[in-house]
Amino acid sequence: MNVGVVTFPGSNCDADARYGASLVGATVHALWHKDTALPTGLDVIILPGGFSYGDYLRTGAIARFSPIMNEVIRFANAGGLVFGICNGFQILCESGLLPGALIRNRDLSFVCKDVHLRVENVDTPFSNACSPGQVLRIPVAHGEGRYTASSEVLAGLEENGQVLFRYVTAEGQPTEAANPNGSLNNIAGVTNAKRNVMGLMPHPERACEPILGSADGMMVFESLLRHSKATVA
Amino acid sequence: MKTFTANITVTLRRAILDVQGKAVEHALHSLHMPALGNVRIGKHIELTVTAIDEAAAAASVNEACEKLLTNPVMEDFQFTLQEQATAEAA
Repeated sequence: MNVGVVTFPGSNCDADARYGASLVGATVHALWHKDTALPTGLDVIILPGGFSYGDYLRTGAIARFSPIMNEVIRFANAGGLVFGICNGFQILCESGLLPGALIRNRDLSFVCKDVHLRVENVDTPFSNACSPGQVLRIPVAHGEGRYTASSEVLAGLEENGQVLFRYVTAEGQPTEAANPNGSLNNIAGVTNAKRNVMGLMPHPERACEPILGSADGMMVFESLLRHSKATVA
Repeated sequence: MKTFTANITVTLRRAILDVQGKAVEHALHSLHMPALGNVRIGKHIELTVTAIDEAAAAASVNEACEKLLTNPVMEDFQFTLQEQATAEAA
């Protein structure tokens, strides 16, 4: 599996994302925001967390117009897998590859803590290694993570199984208290309609080894690997 | 060509809970100003635009707002244009 990880000015989880992908044996390619071509044979592009362009104007608003984003959009439209983590999720929403938007947290503060996520759909390249309803413990670290979308878009996401991960209690209940940022319907991660683009606010790459406190984030990388093997076979 | 100053106001869409506005509203009420309400916090962007006339300037600003300055999923915008005095007039 070939995974490219884009570094924007202000990305700070790019090395962690490369490391997480390498743990499942992926060949990892470091991509630069000014690149105007992608390496051949890429299976997955990861847009990592961070504060691209200082979060100026809106989170992800300026990164979305980086030269490499033309290639990322082309890659996604051709069916390539694109995975945005935290700031990467914000960039994907700004670019229109994912529906909705991420706005200032409900409590106006930056939240940095472990949260529990319930896997809502295992029939996607990003979650096929999980079991239905499995609860993962993965950290969040963001100030603008409140997922919002119009009521029609939201209803469509729920109906089509595009909500992949939801904030829940350790027991798997999507309560208000388990929602760290006020996201509508406790949404932590969504896919596009074709299910080849996914955005996730929590950081699986920060939970990829037991020494980090949790290895649950590996489920996402293992899902990508499993998908890529199935596609080749 | 004329030069205009555009004053652009960006606010969250009405349907989206403006938590900053709510917090400020509570603070106002605790300062015994109960008559004040419906606080909306937004941002202000000022820029100049050179165009043949005001309609063309408005079209440019509109395009900038739609493409970059705002995200229509979550924000609304409005703006005013003020023509700058030319060197001759000054």
